Amino acid sequence: MGKISLKNVTKAFGEAMVIPSLDLEIEDGEFVVFVGPSGCGKSTLLRLIAGLEDVTSGVIEIDGRDATEVPPARRGLAMVFQSYALYPHMSVRKNIAFPLKMAKMDAAEQERRVTSAAKILNLTDYLDRRPGQLSGGQRQRVAIGRAIVREPAAFLFDEPLSNLDAALRVNMRLEISELHQSLATTMIYVTHDQVEAMTMADKIVVLHAGRIEQVGSPLDLYRSPANRFVAGFIGSPKMNFISGAEAGKHGAHTIGIRPEHLALSTTEGAWQGKVAVAEHLGSDTFLYVNVNGMDPLTVRTQGEAGIHHGDTVYISPDAEHLHRFDASGKTI
Amino acid sequence: MARRVSNRRKTLVTIVAWAVGIAIFFPILWTILTSFKTEAEAIASPPKFLFFDWTLENYAEVNSRSNYFLHFMNSVIISVGSTLLGLAIAIPAAWSMAFVPGKRTKDVLMWMLSTKMLPPVGVLIPIYLLFRDSGLLDTRLGLVIVLTLINLPIIVWMLFTYFKEIPGEILEAARMDGAGLWEEVVHVLTPMAVPGIASTLLLNIILAWNEAFWTLNLTAAKAAPLTAFIASYSSPEGLFYAKLSAASTLAIAPILVLGWFSQKQLVRGLTFGAVK
Amino acid sequence: MATAHSRVAARFMISPAVLLLLGWMIVPLSMTIYFSFLSYNLLMPGMEEFIGFTNYRFFLTDPAFFAALANTLLLVGGVLVITIVGGTALALLLDQPFWGQGIVRILVIAPFFVMPTVSALVWKNMFMNPVNGLFAHLAKAIGLEPFDFLAHAPLASIILIVAWQWLPFATLILLTALQSLDQEQLEASEMDGANFGNRFIYIVLPHMARAITVVVLIQTIFLLSVFAEILVTTNGGPGYASTNITYLVYAQSLLQFDVGGGSAGGIVAVILANIVAVFLMRMIGKNLEA
Repeated sequence: MGKISLKNVTKAFGEAMVIPSLDLEIEDGEFVVFVGPSGCGKSTLLRLIAGLEDVTSGVIEIDGRDATEVPPARRGLAMVFQSYALYPHMSVRKNIAFPLKMAKMDAAEQERRVTSAAKILNLTDYLDRRPGQLSGGQRQRVAIGRAIVREPAAFLFDEPLSNLDAALRVNMRLEISELHQSLATTMIYVTHDQVEAMTMADKIVVLHAGRIEQVGSPLDLYRSPANRFVAGFIGSPKMNFISGAEAGKHGAHTIGIRPEHLALSTTEGAWQGKVAVAEHLGSDTFLYVNVNGMDPLTVRTQGEAGIHHGDTVYISPDAEHLHRFDASGKTI
Repeated sequence: MARRVSNRRKTLVTIVAWAVGIAIFFPILWTILTSFKTEAEAIASPPKFLFFDWTLENYAEVNSRSNYFLHFMNSVIISVGSTLLGLAIAIPAAWSMAFVPGKRTKDVLMWMLSTKMLPPVGVLIPIYLLFRDSGLLDTRLGLVIVLTLINLPIIVWMLFTYFKEIPGEILEAARMDGAGLWEEVVHVLTPMAVPGIASTLLLNIILAWNEAFWTLNLTAAKAAPLTAFIASYSSPEGLFYAKLSAASTLAIAPILVLGWFSQKQLVRGLTFGAVK
Repeated sequence: MATAHSRVAARFMISPAVLLLLGWMIVPLSMTIYFSFLSYNLLMPGMEEFIGFTNYRFFLTDPAFFAALANTLLLVGGVLVITIVGGTALALLLDQPFWGQGIVRILVIAPFFVMPTVSALVWKNMFMNPVNGLFAHLAKAIGLEPFDFLAHAPLASIILIVAWQWLPFATLILLTALQSLDQEQLEASEMDGANFGNRFIYIVLPHMARAITVVVLIQTIFLLSVFAEILVTTNGGPGYASTNITYLVYAQSLLQFDVGGGSAGGIVAVILANIVAVFLMRMIGKNLEA
C-alpha cells in the first residue's frame, strides 16, 4: 500500500520560505510526477516525503499513519537519486542487497530477491562488477534494483534520467513505465522535463515557487490549464501568448494558442506575417513567424509545408482551442 | 589527448629531463653513496664516485655509538602518535563540517587555517616555559601534543576536502536503505573515506617526522627525534662524512619511501585543497 | 541539507578540534603579549616588572632587527624567485612526454622529504666545506681557489639550501596545475594561430596564475619561519649576516634568556606573518565557494 497525504506542509530554510503551506493526496498505485522549473521546490517536496528533510510545519501521512517524525529508513519508501548514489566500493550484487542487509533479512532470501531483481533489470551478467565499471544506463538500473528489492510502499525518483543521453533517456522512460505497470506500486517522480511528465504520469503536479499550480492528468493539463504558467509549461513547442488589442477582442487580458492550433495558409487568414525561421523535421514543420503588433508566433504544421525563410504566410487561430487569461494569469 | 611526438624530440627531452632530475637528486644520492665509504674515502680527492670498497661499518658505528635506535623510535612515536591523535580529533570535526555544513562552517575552517599561519616563534617562549614548569620539556608526550596542535588544521582541511568529495546523496541513499547512523558509518562512510584518511595519515607523518622547530627547541637528549639528533652532528662529528651520511640516510630513508607513495596527496594537502 | 538531529551531533563532533585550537592560539599568544610588556629575564627570576613598550622600542631600533628583517626578506624573496622560475621551467619540462617520466618525477620531488637538519648538514659539510666539500674539489679540479660559502656568502648559501628543499614543492604544484589545463584550449589557441610563446603567455600562465599565487603564499608562510637550516649551518653568523627574524627571536629568548625582548620580537613576527596570511586566506576562501 502506498497512499501518501501531505497536510499544510511548509518548509523554510532559515528565512527563505521554500514551500508555503501545501496539501496533496497521492493515491495508492499512482504514478505521480512533480514537474516545474528548477528551483520550484519539487526536489525539496520529494525529500520531505522521503524524510531527508524535516518539515517546518504540517503533517505527512503514509497509509493513514502520521509519518512526519519517522526517520527515512522506517517510512518504507525507496528512492532513486539523480546521481544514482551507488556505493562505489560494493559490487552490484552488494549494492542491490544493501537495504536487505540493513533489514537483517536472511541470506537466502536476499539472494533470491537480488537474483529476481537482476533478471527484471537485465543485470544478471553484471552482478559482480563495481558501479565504476558500468555504463550510465546500467548504473541507473542498479539504482532501481536497489529500490525494488525492498518492495517499498512507494518509489521516489529524483530526476533519475537527467544524467543520461537522449536516446537512453527514452529507453529508460519506457522501462520505468513498464516497471510501474508490472509492480503497480505508487511512484513519485520529480523532473523538470514536461515531456517526461506527460509521457509517464497518471497525475501531474505542476509546481512553481513552492506552490502547486495545478494537479491533474496529462491531458487535463494540456486541454484546460488552470493558469498561464501551466499553459506555458505544458506542451511543446510552447503555447503562444498574445496580449493587447487582439486579446481584448476575446474579452481577455491575454490569450494563448498552441502552435498546433494555428491554421496556416499562403493566401488568407486572420493575421499576416513573415517567416523568420522554418524548421523542417519531416513529420512536422515548425515556423517562427513575425506578425505586426505581436510577439513572434510559433506555428506547427504536419508534414512538409514547403515554406521557407522570408515567405509571407497567413495564420488563423482555432477558436475552440483558444485559452483566455485575466490580468493575474488565471484562466477565464 | 595523445599527440604524436617525434622520437627525436622525445629523445632530447628525455636526456634533458634525466640530467635535471639527477642533478636535483644528486645531494641525496651522494649522501647515500658516502654512507657506504670509509671515512678516508669519503674525503678522498678527487672524490670517488662508485669505485670504492663498499662497507657497512658506518651504519654499525652510528648505531652502537649514539643510541641511534632511541632517536629513531622517538621520531616514530612522535610522528605517528601526533598524527593518530590528530586524526582522532579531526575526523569527527571534518566529517560534520563536510556533511552538515552550517552558516559558520566556512568561517570555522578559515579560522582553523589561520592558526597554522601563526609563526612558531610567536609562542616559543610561553610554550617553552609552560613545558618547563609542567615537566613536558624533553618528553615524547610534550612533542606529541605540540605537533598534534600545529598539524591539526592541515589534518582537518585535508579530511574536509576528501569528505566533501563523497556525495551526500550516497549517505542519504544509505539512510533510505534503512541504515542507521552506525551502519552508515561502518558500511558506507568508512570504506569510502579510507583512501582519504590514509593519505592524510601519510602526509602528516611526513610533516611531523621532518618538523624541525619545536623538535629542536623542546628536546635535549632523551626525547630527541632524528631531526634533533642529526643537528647534533653539526660539529665536530659532522666532519666524519661517512658517519654523518649513514645517520642521514637512515633518517631520511623511511620518509623518502612514504613520500613517494603520497606525492599526489601532497599537493592537495599542502595547498589546503586549493590545487588538486 | 539535513535534519535538526544531525545538526546537534555535528556541533558536538566539531567542538574538541575548535576548543583545542582556540586554547593553542589564545593561551600562549596572550602570554607572549603579556611578557612583551615586562622586563623579564630568566637569569634574574623574580625581577619582572611592567615596562610598557620599552621592549618593542629596543627590539625595533636594534640594528640586529634591521639586519634580520632584511635577511628575512632576502631569504623569502630569493627562495621564491628560484623556486617559482625553476619550478615553472621544471613543470613545463616534466609535462612533456619522455621515457622514464615517473622515475624523474620521483627524483625531482625527493628533496622535499629530506628533513631540514639533514639537508642543511649535507650541504654544509659535503658540498660547501672549503676543504673537503664537493664544490671545493670541483674548484680545485678546474684550477680555482675553493670558496668558503658559509663564511663569505652565508645568506646566499642558506637561500640555495632552502631553495633546493622547496623547488620540488613548487614543481609538483605547478605541474599539477599544468596537467589540469584543458588540452582543447591549447588546440583552440593553436588553430587561432598562437605560437608556443604566445600560448605560454596567454593560455598557460593565466591558467597557472592561481597555482603560482598559492605557491607564493604557502611558501612565504613557511619561509618566514626558516630556523633549523640557520641553526645547523651558521648559527645566524657571521655577526648577523644570516640571522632572520625567527632566529633572532630564538637567540634573544633561549640563548640570552631575555623573555621580554624575545616576546616583543615574537609579536612582531606574528604581525609580519599575518600580513601574508590575509592574502592567502582570501585565495583559499574563494576556493571554498567554488
